[in-house]
Order: sequence, then structure tokens, then C-alpha cells
Amino acid sequence: MASTMWRSMVSQVVLRRPVLSSASFSRGIQTVTVIPGDGIGPEISTAVVKIFEAAKAPIRWEERNVTAIKGPGGRWMVPPDAKESMDRNKIGLKGPLKTPIAAGHPSMNLLLRKTFDLYANVRPCLSIEGYKTPYTDVDLVTIRENTEGEYSGIEHVIVDGVVQSIKLITENASRRIAEYAFEYARNNQRNSVTAVHKANIMRMSDGLFLRKCREVAENYKDIKFKEMYLDTVCLNMVQDPTQFDVLVMPNLYGDILSDLCAGLIGGLGVTPSGNIGANGVAIFESVHGTAPDIAGLDLANPTALLLSAVMMLHHMGLHGHANKIQTACFDTIRDKKVLTKDLGGNSKCSEFTAEICRRIQDLD
Amino acid sequence: LCSPEAQQARADAVFKVTMVPGDGVGPELMTAVKEVFKAGDVPVEFEEFHLSEVQNMASEERLEHLLTSMKNNKVAIIGKIHTPMEYKGELASYDMKLRRKLDLFANVVHVNSLPGYSTRHNNLDLVIIREQTEGEYSSLEHESVAGVIESLKIITREKSRRIAKFAFDYATKKGRSKVTAVHKANIMKLGDGLFLQSCAEVAQLYPKIKYENIIIDNCCMQLVQNPYQFDVLVMPNLYGNIIDNLAAGLVGGAGVVPGESYSAEYAVFETGARHPFAHAVGRNIANPTAMLLSAANMLRHLNLEYHSQMVSDAVKKVIKQGKVRTGDLGGYATSDEFTRAVIANLVV
Amino acid sequence: YLEYGVENWGNTYKSSLQPLYIFQKRAIRIPPPAKYGGRHTVTLIPGDGIGPELLSHVREVFRFSCVPVDFEVVHVNSAAETEDDINNAITAIRRNGVALKGNIETNHTKPPSVKSRNNLLRTSLDLYANVMHCQSLPGVQTRHKNIDIMIIRENTEGEYSSLEHESVSGVVESLKIITRNNSLRIADYAFQLAREKGRRRVTAVHKANIMKLADGLFLQCCREVASGYPEITFDSMIVDNTTMQLVSKPQQFDVMVMPNLYGNVVSNVCAGLVGGPGLVPGANYGRDYAVFETATRNTGKSIADRNIANPTAMLLASCMMLDHLKLYDYASLIRNAVLVTMNETRLHTADIGGQGTTSEVVQSVMRVIQSKGQLTAEL
Repeated sequence: MASTMWRSMVSQVVLRRPVLSSASFSRGIQTVTVIPGDGIGPEISTAVVKIFEAAKAPIRWEERNVTAIKGPGGRWMVPPDAKESMDRNKIGLKGPLKTPIAAGHPSMNLLLRKTFDLYANVRPCLSIEGYKTPYTDVDLVTIRENTEGEYSGIEHVIVDGVVQSIKLITENASRRIAEYAFEYARNNQRNSVTAVHKANIMRMSDGLFLRKCREVAENYKDIKFKEMYLDTVCLNMVQDPTQFDVLVMPNLYGDILSDLCAGLIGGLGVTPSGNIGANGVAIFESVHGTAPDIAGLDLANPTALLLSAVMMLHHMGLHGHANKIQTACFDTIRDKKVLTKDLGGNSKCSEFTAEICRRIQDLD
Repeated sequence: LCSPEAQQARADAVFKVTMVPGDGVGPELMTAVKEVFKAGDVPVEFEEFHLSEVQNMASEERLEHLLTSMKNNKVAIIGKIHTPMEYKGELASYDMKLRRKLDLFANVVHVNSLPGYSTRHNNLDLVIIREQTEGEYSSLEHESVAGVIESLKIITREKSRRIAKFAFDYATKKGRSKVTAVHKANIMKLGDGLFLQSCAEVAQLYPKIKYENIIIDNCCMQLVQNPYQFDVLVMPNLYGNIIDNLAAGLVGGAGVVPGESYSAEYAVFETGARHPFAHAVGRNIANPTAMLLSAANMLRHLNLEYHSQMVSDAVKKVIKQGKVRTGDLGGYATSDEFTRAVIANLVV
Repeated sequence: YLEYGVENWGNTYKSSLQPLYIFQKRAIRIPPPAKYGGRHTVTLIPGDGIGPELLSHVREVFRFSCVPVDFEVVHVNSAAETEDDINNAITAIRRNGVALKGNIETNHTKPPSVKSRNNLLRTSLDLYANVMHCQSLPGVQTRHKNIDIMIIRENTEGEYSSLEHESVSGVVESLKIITRNNSLRIADYAFQLAREKGRRRVTAVHKANIMKLADGLFLQCCREVASGYPEITFDSMIVDNTTMQLVSKPQQFDVMVMPNLYGNVVSNVCAGLVGGPGLVPGANYGRDYAVFETATRNTGKSIADRNIANPTAMLLASCMMLDHLKLYDYASLIRNAVLVTMNETRLHTADIGGQGTTSEVVQSVMRVIQSKGQLTAEL
């Protein structure tokens, strides 16, 4: 089955012959742009590349570095070679980037988001057996609208001491994210989609978002649609996260809930993330920090980036390879023999990586 | 002796308190409060007002009556006044109107694990203080062009400082050591930036209390991973709504966490996570714990320390014994049974 | 649309940076005092000597009367060399707005750099007006009857400037500072209070015959302000004459206004006239803050912890504080109970010739409060 949203949007031809297309995807070698990032980024990217080699994933990596440069007219932009690579390959994998503080240019994450119109942030949260948290059996996906809402960036000082920030909700963006959520649910064998909102307070803006979700839900009768207040979701989430499946929501709520859910399964070090953009672009990334204090010491935990890469394989229809890598990764963590420090072990990043590779080879 | 026009001292034998049962299970919870107060011989008399937006009992006149009562009593106990989701041209809900009229700017939710009821995180003790007159709840929304809606979030220095000061005053009064401001100033640089700046400035007046800040999304993540690091949290409106509910979930849900709202003049006691629980109406399954604990806090506010202790001790004892629990805590008791158990445990 | 937003954001951000930046450099504006849900938080500084016991009695009476006031107790160690404690207390008053305090002992053997904590507190908070009301109590035996004098004392400058130096060996100069602004301010306060209370006369106390410039300026300012209050008679009196007049014919005085040191002298004389330091409350008001204490600011070390100190002054000071907090009902309730105990029950402590102990007087006050039908907490 066509498992990616973008293909249905980009190519009608492909949609009509889904089996063929996914077969061709699996057979041929795909090029993926990889952005190693800063701090521990290069180490964990290397780990992922190694594991992919061991799994014989049909991926060719095209490495690009991104540092914001100033284009004509003084606008900050993604370097042309990185942009060109992404435009061509459509799929990217990205390590952590350091956010400049008062460096004059906006954060690279923001720039990438704008350049490729990455409108949806997807984070599957799955409890990892062996990595103990107070919560077990978490299996849910947060889908966050990423282009508007509270993060519109429009703020004014009306008079000294009074600031007005504008939350922007548009019909188009709301429909687009809702459609993506339902499409995702269908392609990933999910049962329900819950729209998270605060339409009792923000009656017009969240009201619009909710209305679009309802409209889209009409076209996906196979998926159950629910609506819930943001506060109720929070309340229930920490009591019983198993009741949730796919959650779709505006920007700020998504920001908060996606981190909250990451917390349920053990933090950003084990949570994968993907960003879906217009024109079939998708960038998968680890959302943790650059950890400059342990950079280069071979102590970093590559799990988040690896699981993001697994997400990428699923997105590309390479479910076989994806499952193999994920199983090896989870098995390694469950056995607790070779773990990095943050997971409670004493091993180095390279040892953890080698263990996963070994298990992949054993699986074959 | 420098006396002003001296008024007659209050000679009432009981404290009068305004009561708004609200929607959903509110009336049931209030019945529990009234029964326990009666059994404990608590010198409090309630003036009841029935307001509801969903049951078409939301006239301006009713609101005025309530406000008059509040002006005299200063203290109220209220259930959740439910806000219908459908937008009918009125942007501000009735509940919000009430809060605005009374200028209830500070909402306090003390999240405290109940001994005897085990959850994923035990021995929790943190306080969430939420600004609730501005921010995202400004009710300023408009459709700028078709299909595009702008919703305004307003942050002012005056109100940010007021809530920050409230948080630090609260921490001082309750002997707490740390206040953490929750924000999203990395994105909302001006709005949340102003909030953060106001908190930092007020913090200077409290050298003995540690001041920190944390970004809202990280805060939520930390709350489920390691909630023990927090003491007093202060935040703008919407974040407060989120954290209140999240933290309530950590210790057993909306049924067990009491809350209170303050203006300079008024104090309103309510449940910490405000939900109407419409589906539980009339089924005798709602958990009266939160409302009873809130009522106990109200008694303390009224200087009725002895009665306050009596009520809260009885509630905690019933929970600790574990024999009589409502469904939300994994028991089989009805609301009435729980209330009766509390009454049986009152040590007058 | 979004593009527009981003552009716009850039502009507003830049334009707003400036005021925000300026704001950071500005001193913190005074936030509203700690009053929430009708309950006030008040800073309580027990001080030394009889302060702690008197204040614990006040707390007990407040609790008993269900007064909606919570105390934040701040201890100031008078033996400490550093100013940490007093600065901490000052900060506490800055956030609560109001304080009730016992006197903090000033150790004269300390080097001159160690300033009086009490004075430091008043000047730091700019509590410019010290107000005391001396009124004869019918139940208390004194030489003079029917005294009713309000004394308003400038509290921040004058002789209490703490500017002293030894210019040459054996010669010490102590500076007295009188400023036009502060003199106008205190005169205005006195006349306004006189008008509010329906008083007829304001007397300025001075020594302008000797200190022609300094006290002359003070007197001049009082005269200027007086012209704005035609219904109130204004006169002036030299300080030495004032003290003589006070002990011979105190009934002639109504409202009195004066610089710092004279205020200290006159207030003690007046307190003596109506029965002593144990009876008269005092208040210090500034624009933003108010601190209440006994009028004569004695530590009372000799009678500390013996349960014989007179609680009247401190209880009445707490009533002045309740008035300031606009809790008039509670203020008059407690004040009446104190006056009933003094004038009708005539339960007196030793300082005014009685046999009662401190706690007996307080018990009596609480009994009177209870008899008034006010809802009270458990005894």
C-alpha cells in the first residue's frame, strides 16, 4: 500500500498504481539528504548510517551541512546546496542543531520549516520495554500543525506594558493538517483520531479548527473521530495514556502535548519525530539538544535519531527494513546489557550501535 | 484614638458564604458539602445562586444578584459553570464573565498526593498558580479575511507582576522555597517575554525564595517524568489550564484536587480541575473529595481553623482507609456513601 | 499572509526593544500590597525587650477576633553587625506594604557606622510622617485630664540624618538637614489630617530663633501650607516653651507638627501626660508603606518576659493598622474592648498603678470582644 501522504498529493499516477510504486521504491536505491547537525549530531548520525548498512537498507546518504546564510536582500536562508539536495531527494534525516542565541539569524529549525513548508509534526510515542518509566503501554501519535496558530510570530507592543500576540487559525491549514492526520491513521492502521482544542474559550479560532476536523472526518468513516478539550486530554493523559491513539491539534497545544507524551515514554532521547511538508518533502529528526558537554566523547544515545530514521523508512514504504531495525533497537534496550549512560548503562555510543548491528545480522 | 467613622462590628453568629452549584455534578458535590457541614456543626450559612449557561439560566440579572451577594460575603464556593462550545456571537463565556467581574486574577491549585491512594507519582506536593484574567482568554477574536481567524493573546506588565507577586506572596506565606515561572518566551518573545521579565523583577523582592523558569513544553514533560523538582509554579492563563489538569491527573484526577481563585477582595473555592462531568450527572458516582477539601480550605480562609481541620482530616481518613472509594479511584462506592463515610469520620 | 506577519513581527520587535530595555533599567515600581481574597499579609517584626510578648498577644487577639490578617514574622537580630536582617525586614515590608513592629534595640557601644535599625527602616521606606494621638483615658489616673493632642513628626531627616564626623580631633559635627520638599510634605500631611478629623488648630513646633535657616525654612513651609487651609488656625511655638506649656496646660494643644528631634521629645512628654509609654500607639506613614508601633518606641528591656508590660499601646497600634487596612469593623471592635478594659473594667497593669498582669489584661479584652457577639474562634 502507498504508505505516504505525499505521494498521493504529488503524483496521481502513482496513486493509481500503488503496488507497483511501492515495489519500485523498495527495489531501487533511494537517496536521502542527511544533516548530521551540531554537538553529538555527527556521532549519532554515524551510528544510524552504520545500523542502516547492517540492515542493508536501500538508502544512499547525501550529507549536507546547514548554516544559515544571508541571501540577496538580507534574508536569511538555507544554503543552496542543502536546499537543492532536499528538493531533489524529498526525504531528509537531521540531527540536532544548536539554536543560536542572539546570533542575528533565526534558528535553523525555523528556517527549514519555512523553506519546505513543513506543516505537520508527527511524533509516535511508544513505550520502550526495558526502559522503565511510570507509564507502560503508551502507543499514540501526536500530529501538530506547525505553520500558524500561536506561533505566528505576530506580536505588538500596544502601549508600554501591554503586549498582544496573535494566534492565527486558517481554514486551509486546519483542513490540511486534519487530512494528514486521517491519512496517517489510515496508512498506519490506527483506529481513531482525536482533535484537541479549546473551543470553549477560543470560540472562533479553535472553533474553526474543530469544524475543519469534523468536515474531514466525514471522508474517513473507517476512522473513529473524537473531540476533546486540551485540559481534559492532559488530565487523562497522565492517568491513562492508553486511551489515546492519533491526536491532531494546533501548534501550541501540539508543542506541549508532544513533549508531554515524550515524557511518558522516557524523554526526548528516545522519541522520534518527523516533519511533513508540502510537495512531498519530509524531514525526520531527533528533537533532543546538541548536548555539547558530551559531544565527541562517544557517550551519546542515538536512539531518537535511529527511531526517526525508522519512521522515515516507514514513510518510504520500506516497512521490512524499518521493523528489523526497530526490533533490534528495542531488543537491545530490553536486554539492558549494552546501554548508553542516559539509558542506565555504561556503554559507549559505538558499543550500543555495534550491539544493534549484531542483532540485525542475527535477525537475518 | 485616631478612629475613623466607626461602623458597627459584625455581630452575626455565622459566616455567610455565597454558593453557586453550577452545572454537571456541581449540585451533587454541593449537597455533599452541605451535609458534611451540617453534621460537623460548621457555623457557615450558604446563599445559593443557580446560574447555568446550558440550562438557559444565564441572565445578566442573575449575575448581578450573585455579585451583590459576593460583595457582602466576600467568599464563595462554586461548581463549574459549563460553557457550551457552539459559538453564538458571544465570545466571552458566562464563567469568564463572572471571573472578570470579580477580578479573580489568581487561581491556586495545590496538588498534593492523598496518603493511602497510590498513583504513579506519590508524595507529590506542588502548587500551581495561574493568571486567569488575560492571556489567551481575552475573548478577542475576529475573522480578518474569510477562512482566517485571528485570536489575540494579551499580556500586560501590570497583571503579570500582580500574579508574580501573588505567587511569591503565596510561597512566603506557606513557607515554600522555590517559584518557577512557566512560559514560551522563546517563541512569544514579546508576550511571554514580558511575563517572564515581570516575574524576574518581582522575584528580587523575595531574596529568600529561589526563582527559576521553564518552557511550558519541557515543563509538561518534566511533570510526568520527575514532578518532585517543582514547588510553586506560576504561569499565564492557558498554560495554567494545561498544567492544572495535568498535575491533577498525576495524583488521582479531577475528583480529588481542590482549587481556589482570588482577587484582592474576593476568594472563590472550587475544584482544581474544572470539569462539569455532565455524563456523571444523577448517577451518584462523582467524587466529592475535591469539593470537600476545597470547602475545608474555605473554612481556613474564614479563620475557622478547627472546623477546617476536622473536615479535611475526615476526608483524608476515608481515603486512607480505602474502604469507601468512588469509581474514579477504583472503588465501588457512590457519592452518597462516600459523603456518609466522611460524616462518620468527623471528630467533632 | 504569514509572510506579512513575519515582516511585521520584525518591525514591532525592533521598535519595542527600546522601551523594554529602558524599562529594565528603571527601578521596580511598587506592586500592589499582599491582599488576596480579602485577607492581608502584614510583616511582623517582634523586635527586642517586651516587643515579642506584646506582639504575640496581638496575634492571639487577632486570631480570637477572626481578623482577616496573616502575619509574616521577620526577626531582626539587634546584636548582628551586618545589615542583612534589617534589609530583609525592609524588603518584607516592601512586598506587604504594612508592618507591625516592636522596637529594635540600638546598641550604643557599637561603632557609629552601625546605624539605628529603627531609623534605617523608616528612612529606607521613606516613612515620613510619624503620627501619635495622645488622649486621656478616664479610667487611668493622671495629673491632667481631657488631653487630646495629635502629634505629627517629620520622620526622615532633621537631626536624624546620621551625618556625623570628627572634623578635627575632639570636634564632632552633626548635621541637621531640613529640606523644603520634606517640610512641605509633612506640613501638608498635618493639615490634611487636621481637616479630616475636624480639628481646629495646628501648632508648628520649632527653634527658628536659633536655627534661623533650618527651622526657619520649616516654619516658612508650614505657613505656606496653612494658607491653603483657611478654616484651620495656624500658630507656632518654640520647642522649649512647648514642653513647659505641655506640662502646665496641655489642653491648649490640638494638632502639633514638628521636625524630627522635637517630635521625639514632645511625643515622650505627651505620652507621659496621659499615663506613660504603655498606653499610646504610634504610626509611621509614607506614600507607599505604613509601619505601626508604640508611640514612644521603647524596648522595655527591664520589664521583658515578666508578664507585667502594658499591652494597651501595642493593641491600639494594631487597631490603627486595621484602620489603615480599612478593616474598620475589626479595628473598632478591638479598640472598644481595650478601652472598656481600661476605663470600665479598670484592669490595669503596674505601670498605671494596677495589679493586673499582661495576660490578664489581654484575657479581659478578649472577654469583652466575645460579649459583643462577634463570631470568634475557640479560646
